[in-house]
Amino acid sequence: MSDNKIKIEVPVMAELAAQGHKPEWLFWVGSAGAFDDRYKKVTREFVKLLTYLGVDYAVLGIEETDSGDVARRAGNEMLFQMQALQNIEILNGYEVKKIVTCCPHDFNTLKNEYPELGGHYEVWHHSQFLAIRQKAGDFKDITDAFASKKIVFHDPCYLGRGNGEYEAPRSVLDAIPSEKVEMKRNKSFGLCCGAGGGQMFKEAEKGDKEVFIERTEEAIATGADIIATACPFCMVMMTDGIKYKNQEERMKNYDIAELLSLSLGL
Amino acid sequence: MCYKSVISVSNARSELIFVFLISVLLQPYKGIKNRIMTAQILFALSLLITLAVFAFTMRRIFFNFRFTRKKKLTNYPARIRETVKVAIAQQKIFRHPVMGLVHALVFWGFIVILFGSLEMVVDGLFGTVRSFAVLGWFYDLLMLTGDVFAAIIAVAILIFLFRRIFLHVKRFYGREMKPVSKADANLALSFILLLMLSLLGMNTFYLLEMHNAGQDFEGVFPVSQSLADLFAGMSDKQIIFWHHFNWWFHILLIFVFANVLPYSKHFHVFMSVPNVFVSRIEPLGKVDNMENITKEVKLMLDPAAPMDVAADETVEKFGVSDTTDINWVNYMNALSCTECGRCTAVCPANITGKLLSPRKIVMDVRARMKEKGAGLMKQGAAFEDGKSLLGDYITEEELWACTMCNACAQECPININQPSLILDMRRYLVLEQSKAPSGLNTAFTNIENNGAPWQYSPEDRLNWAEELYMNKA
Repeated sequence: MSDNKIKIEVPVMAELAAQGHKPEWLFWVGSAGAFDDRYKKVTREFVKLLTYLGVDYAVLGIEETDSGDVARRAGNEMLFQMQALQNIEILNGYEVKKIVTCCPHDFNTLKNEYPELGGHYEVWHHSQFLAIRQKAGDFKDITDAFASKKIVFHDPCYLGRGNGEYEAPRSVLDAIPSEKVEMKRNKSFGLCCGAGGGQMFKEAEKGDKEVFIERTEEAIATGADIIATACPFCMVMMTDGIKYKNQEERMKNYDIAELLSLSLGL
Repeated sequence: MCYKSVISVSNARSELIFVFLISVLLQPYKGIKNRIMTAQILFALSLLITLAVFAFTMRRIFFNFRFTRKKKLTNYPARIRETVKVAIAQQKIFRHPVMGLVHALVFWGFIVILFGSLEMVVDGLFGTVRSFAVLGWFYDLLMLTGDVFAAIIAVAILIFLFRRIFLHVKRFYGREMKPVSKADANLALSFILLLMLSLLGMNTFYLLEMHNAGQDFEGVFPVSQSLADLFAGMSDKQIIFWHHFNWWFHILLIFVFANVLPYSKHFHVFMSVPNVFVSRIEPLGKVDNMENITKEVKLMLDPAAPMDVAADETVEKFGVSDTTDINWVNYMNALSCTECGRCTAVCPANITGKLLSPRKIVMDVRARMKEKGAGLMKQGAAFEDGKSLLGDYITEEELWACTMCNACAQECPININQPSLILDMRRYLVLEQSKAPSGLNTAFTNIENNGAPWQYSPEDRLNWAEELYMNKA
């Protein structure tokens, strides 16, 4: 690597604990963030942002296990609770107080569903985390990398309708010089990407078309160059949709963290 | 017709009730301030019949609650706020601003007019005329708003009827919308239209009657006042007849309407406000925890846990396969649904042609509970008719098409929560029947073995962090 690059050593909770350090934030990577090839890139860009901001954080690493969101919504409550209780035991063991995650499903599960099983944390979605930093003026040296681009934001159900957060991802995008457009169905009217409730892992039922195609068509109709997403499932679906509609040349799909990181030249 | 003939008619059992009423209407007028006894008796009788039939219906409907599962209501202050916001202020119906406003006007109008109906009951029982006039300026205000709202509602209903009959609004159609659902809607709208017309008629002829008798009238009626000019040429006798006719027509129609409503989707009129009060107030993303599973999982994870927890437990069914497994709020939801279809119109599965319709799920719950209700009433919880909600009404295909996106729940103007029902039926399929689509079974196995829905080794969970470089800021 050239001299102007810095190697990031991602801090792991167990190692910090061994040194007697309790970081302020736990970055919850999530299964998609850890294993999905496309979303691993988002995880890496978000870690760059954390480093850029000088955040005191750590990840659980191999101690993290699936949050159980998919299992629960697919009806497997037993498996969900097994996962949740394992995670809670680890998180409580490290006396974790604040959690940030790039996945709105894990955000929802950890924030709303872990408390009933004994896990009480202050949980932030990365859009909220970045929006606060943006408002505080922490992204001053942002570039014009996307100035000529038109960006449309697709609301993740579990961030938007699920938890009422529509503004944070938009204010992150506002920090990036570019043109913003909205789809006809946006915010609380937003159409699902089609992957929630376990759909990601099964064949779609018989119908006229697949949900992700319907949504991608709506995004394409805005004339945007970029579909901004803030959820690993939405990302898979929108990327597939762009491919299906043969728009790969014209249209790209990025997570809001990637757009910010790229704008900052990290 | 003289007084005696009325009595003789009332003695003849075979005569229909409306013959009495016409007779009363046609009696010589006996002074404005006091109605005659016969009318009071007739009124009390019709009120009694109304209440008796209503009580009979309510018993049949509400009896079913005892076969539903418990669910604790908490956070009453938040519930009151939610009721004010969603029910009284009609917040969610305004998500469709134009038709939302029309509905809100009808709702607010109903509330104001309700006071007038109460006054009519008092007047009917005690032979008084406009007894609430003692409220003074407040009465004037009630009558003023009621009179204006009656006209607004009449217009709103004409808009609704026109839309239903002549415009093809997509969400009024669908697999679950049978001809009876449409007839139901048009019948209720016609009822309301007649109620409003008779209310305006009553006010109009009241004004004329008072005017002709040279007396002051109680209340303020801007709409009826202008209507009165149209009928000023009528004889005293005609005016008195039409005043009484409208009065009786209006109140008796309310009595009939109140007893028709519980048998139709318009039970909504009674149930929607209480439904909002008991509705889910947690974030839409949150799923209700299954306590009985928590006990089992804790035992599995910690074998040292006291065994009596397990011994304590009665064998309980996981999830929902029939309406006797739902909780009472689910049943409230089903009773309150007026089948507007806003949920189905925003459902991603339905939009893309899948079988799932959230409205159908709610309608199925009500229909199944009604079907099972008679048997439950006779034989209690043990009653079985060999049918069930899941299977005979709702198919697995519908349930698995849901993305749990909560668009339906977000849209429902009265906070019905369709996803929780869908999930509870999925829970039954998975936990009791081990019946999940194969893709999901694979994901379950992976999560169980590798801690992720994909087949990766848990040891590789931090591989993403390798060789990570960034530019110097």
